[in-house]
Amino acid sequence: MSHLSERPANPVVGQEIPHESAALHVTGAALYTDDLVMRTRDVLHAHPVQVPHAHARVTALRTQPALAVPGVVRVLTAADVPGVNDAGVKHDEPLFPSEVMYFGHSVAWVLGETLEAARLGAAAVEVDVEPLPAIIDVKDAIAAESFQGAQPRVERGDIEAAFDAAAHVFSGEFEFAGQEHFYLETHCALALVDENGQVFVQSSTQHPSETQEIVAHVLGLASHEVTVQCLRMGGGFGGKEMQPHGLAAIAAIGSRLTGRPVRLRLSRTQDMTMTGKRHGFHSQWRVAFDADGRLQALDATLTADGGWSLDLSEPVLARALCHIDNAYWIPNARVNGRIARTNKTSQTAFRGFGGPQGMLVIEDILGRCAPLLGLDPASLRRRNFYGPGQTTPYGQPVRHSERLAAAWDAVTRTGDLDRRRAEIEAFNAEHPDTKRAIAITPVKFGISFNLTAFNQAGALVHVYKDGSVLINHGGTEMGQGLHTKMLQVAATSLGVPLSRVRLAPTRTDKVPNTSATAASSGADLNGGAVKNACEQITDRLRNVAAGRLGVHPSDVRFGADRGGIISAIGGTGELIPWDELVHQAYFQRVQLWAAGFYRTEGLHWDSATMHGSPFKYFAYGVAATEVEVDGFTGANRTRRVDIVHDVGDSLSPLIDIGQIEGGFVQGAGWLTLEDLRWDNSDSPTRGRLATQAASTYKLPSFSEMPEEFNVTLLEQAHEDGAVYGGKAVGEPPLMLAFSVREALRQAAAAFGPQGTSIDLASPATPEAVFWAVEEARAAASGQPDDGHVTASSNGDHGVVPVQPHGPARHPESERVVGRQAVEPAGVRP
Amino acid sequence: MTRITVNVDGTKYSDEVEPRTLLVQYLRESLGKTGTVIGCDTSNCGACTVHLDGTSVKSCNMLAVQADGHEVTTIEGLAKNGELHPLQTAFHECHALQCGYCTPGMIMQSCDLLKNNPDPSEQEIREGLEGNLCRCTGYQNIVKAVQQAARQGKESGQQSGQGDADGNPVDLNEAEQTVGATS
Repeated sequence: MSHLSERPANPVVGQEIPHESAALHVTGAALYTDDLVMRTRDVLHAHPVQVPHAHARVTALRTQPALAVPGVVRVLTAADVPGVNDAGVKHDEPLFPSEVMYFGHSVAWVLGETLEAARLGAAAVEVDVEPLPAIIDVKDAIAAESFQGAQPRVERGDIEAAFDAAAHVFSGEFEFAGQEHFYLETHCALALVDENGQVFVQSSTQHPSETQEIVAHVLGLASHEVTVQCLRMGGGFGGKEMQPHGLAAIAAIGSRLTGRPVRLRLSRTQDMTMTGKRHGFHSQWRVAFDADGRLQALDATLTADGGWSLDLSEPVLARALCHIDNAYWIPNARVNGRIARTNKTSQTAFRGFGGPQGMLVIEDILGRCAPLLGLDPASLRRRNFYGPGQTTPYGQPVRHSERLAAAWDAVTRTGDLDRRRAEIEAFNAEHPDTKRAIAITPVKFGISFNLTAFNQAGALVHVYKDGSVLINHGGTEMGQGLHTKMLQVAATSLGVPLSRVRLAPTRTDKVPNTSATAASSGADLNGGAVKNACEQITDRLRNVAAGRLGVHPSDVRFGADRGGIISAIGGTGELIPWDELVHQAYFQRVQLWAAGFYRTEGLHWDSATMHGSPFKYFAYGVAATEVEVDGFTGANRTRRVDIVHDVGDSLSPLIDIGQIEGGFVQGAGWLTLEDLRWDNSDSPTRGRLATQAASTYKLPSFSEMPEEFNVTLLEQAHEDGAVYGGKAVGEPPLMLAFSVREALRQAAAAFGPQGTSIDLASPATPEAVFWAVEEARAAASGQPDDGHVTASSNGDHGVVPVQPHGPARHPESERVVGRQAVEPAGVRP
Repeated sequence: MTRITVNVDGTKYSDEVEPRTLLVQYLRESLGKTGTVIGCDTSNCGACTVHLDGTSVKSCNMLAVQADGHEVTTIEGLAKNGELHPLQTAFHECHALQCGYCTPGMIMQSCDLLKNNPDPSEQEIREGLEGNLCRCTGYQNIVKAVQQAARQGKESGQQSGQGDADGNPVDLNEAEQTVGATS
């Protein structure tokens, strides 16, 4: 078999091709889960009974009134669960709770002949509750010591000695918001039972194997009695990694009890009020620099706002701790993490998975400290880049760190930054009420699931007698182009034209025990498995061809001219068409299909000590963004963005650039527009999500597009540890949007005197930018501003962050609940 | 229940609907036109955009009874005689989609935009599509696709001279064609 990253001549990978489903999307023929309802007979519709309290004990649940509503067929409650009443893997997430843990928590589900009947039935269900005190804000949770799960720590070097010796010490706090996924397709599941009570669930899920596992444990079935299929998703972004499972289980229970198909599709408001979001974080930090502005030490305590249950909060926190360094060498570090339990939705995976949160903390620190150090923020960032041979605080060598500088220099050059900075200086001098700024920020993002076990994948490749090829793999398609890349990998490995390969939907009965399509790893893992399966087949065909061509099998070549032609080095010059060779192999009784497998080599990670090399490689990128801020309102626009991003040798350039553009805009949304507001008053609606529709939750639209947007791929970026030399691209570009936030900070600072440090809220909405501008103006009017950073000197060690004392790892932190017993296994990274 | 008669994608349908039925529910649930999808429920995202007598409307923001006696074109009726509309081709070629969920609405809105302004500037495209949300692409390629379709429309309009008064080559008001009713 060939080396993993080596490309044959004329590969189909690397070609610019559009999305494999594009023809279906532009004609409306592409099917999403809810479209299947119209093709299914006698479907029942499920509607939740949501309780309007942030925290309350259920004292009575009367379902009888619902059954009197015409069209209501059944009400599902905890009594209907034949297996485990749990929607997750940690036994802290009851599917039908007896205690309401957040505003809008559903305690029962009503099945109706129509959605309207189910809705009226749900409204008729009577729920008596005893309200309990509710914690909404993360700071209140910290004060009340309301925590859950593990409290890990990443530690390196001698913190106290570093603070002793430091020329500059600063301390501060920073709290920032989460983000709603707002995939355009809301959660949806459609469950059926077959003749023998076996369950088939079609679900909009990023993790069909875990949906299968949860449905099985809720129903008290073995996994082989449950099949889950995902045709495609209308966006996922991490929001469909854990959250679909309980919803699929509800549909499955309903289907088992009624014998009829059950559809569960959340309305937008249900989706926003019931399902988890990106974690907001609180951070407390102190940082030490030497006289030249080089980072000497970081001491930080991060508190993730986990919501009511753990979900994926522990691995999200782990990734946050592993990314607080971003691109910077920090010789001494102590980073603690803990998870607040609050009465909100259970926060979950979202593109970047804690990485953006960890990186935001260090970028905020650098943005606030640069003026206090008397340095230009770009210069401060650049001088702290990782150098050759240096390792992360958790002990992983930073391979290819020179790509940071390469991308930085490329952006500086192609973005013409020096000239534009001079122009901006002149512009700002002439415009007292409008200021511009350019910020440039780097990204380093670790690729692989932190938890080593998840870094495996499977594929099933069939070659039919006519030479056509059908592939299945364990990854799901949510728009990111994974299927497109997998088709390219298969065509390249088999040496056939792309048109000969078709891809079938993701199903747990085709490829078992899959990992979530998450952590940007879909193409690396599943591509490795597809390639492995294809090469098993070509190795068998190689022998058939060698016999016919009269050459040694190793001299047989597949895929000449991308045309599905088999040739040989030496020999007679005879060429064999692919279809003919396949046909001949069949008659020689040669197996024409194969199951492929891939495991990422060279990973190790100890989650108790938070030490090891959990990532196969790092993806790098740099962005420079220019903004203009209006001093009267804080309104702003993004004038220009320049990005150079490292995707290795791109498997599919059109797809990859699309991911970079989309990730950047989504990141800019998180940091500058999207404003989740929970009611934290003491009114009866305490804990209610006030922004529960697109009418109140501002998403990036055409209006916020950068006026000029230049994206290029880093050159000479081959990655020899990944399939065909490409790199993961799903998550890393999101964090390029730090450049927007930092540019807004710098533009706000320009309203004040030189050296003004600005404390900018996140999201940096126009309102927040306005207050930042006011902060700068206050500094200009003689009130010195320190950006709420405490500067220390004369050997003062700064304000030491709270040092949590919980266990670094809970016994349950890395266990998955099986059907009957708790078995050692894994949770996600 | 109220009886409505609607021409959808060139086929005449006559159905009993509840007065409260939204046009998008009627299209999806009664006619099986699942190419038109529901994104936000609050008329912000535009995923459900269709044409009513050739003009774009958000079908979640309109009752089925309001379409009585009118012509509705959905994404499924945009291609003519097996030939894709230039916008469909452009969205495909320019990779102006990822998950594809916003695509039908985005194309239908772009169609309306080009009908009113066959040669829009980049700014006019952005403003014209402002009522449609995409969570995946960052919009760059969508703007490029509309530009490409506009270019192509201009060229073919100039070559064939078959465009309308505005130079728009695409006739969206298909001839009425009665095939049958669903009830």
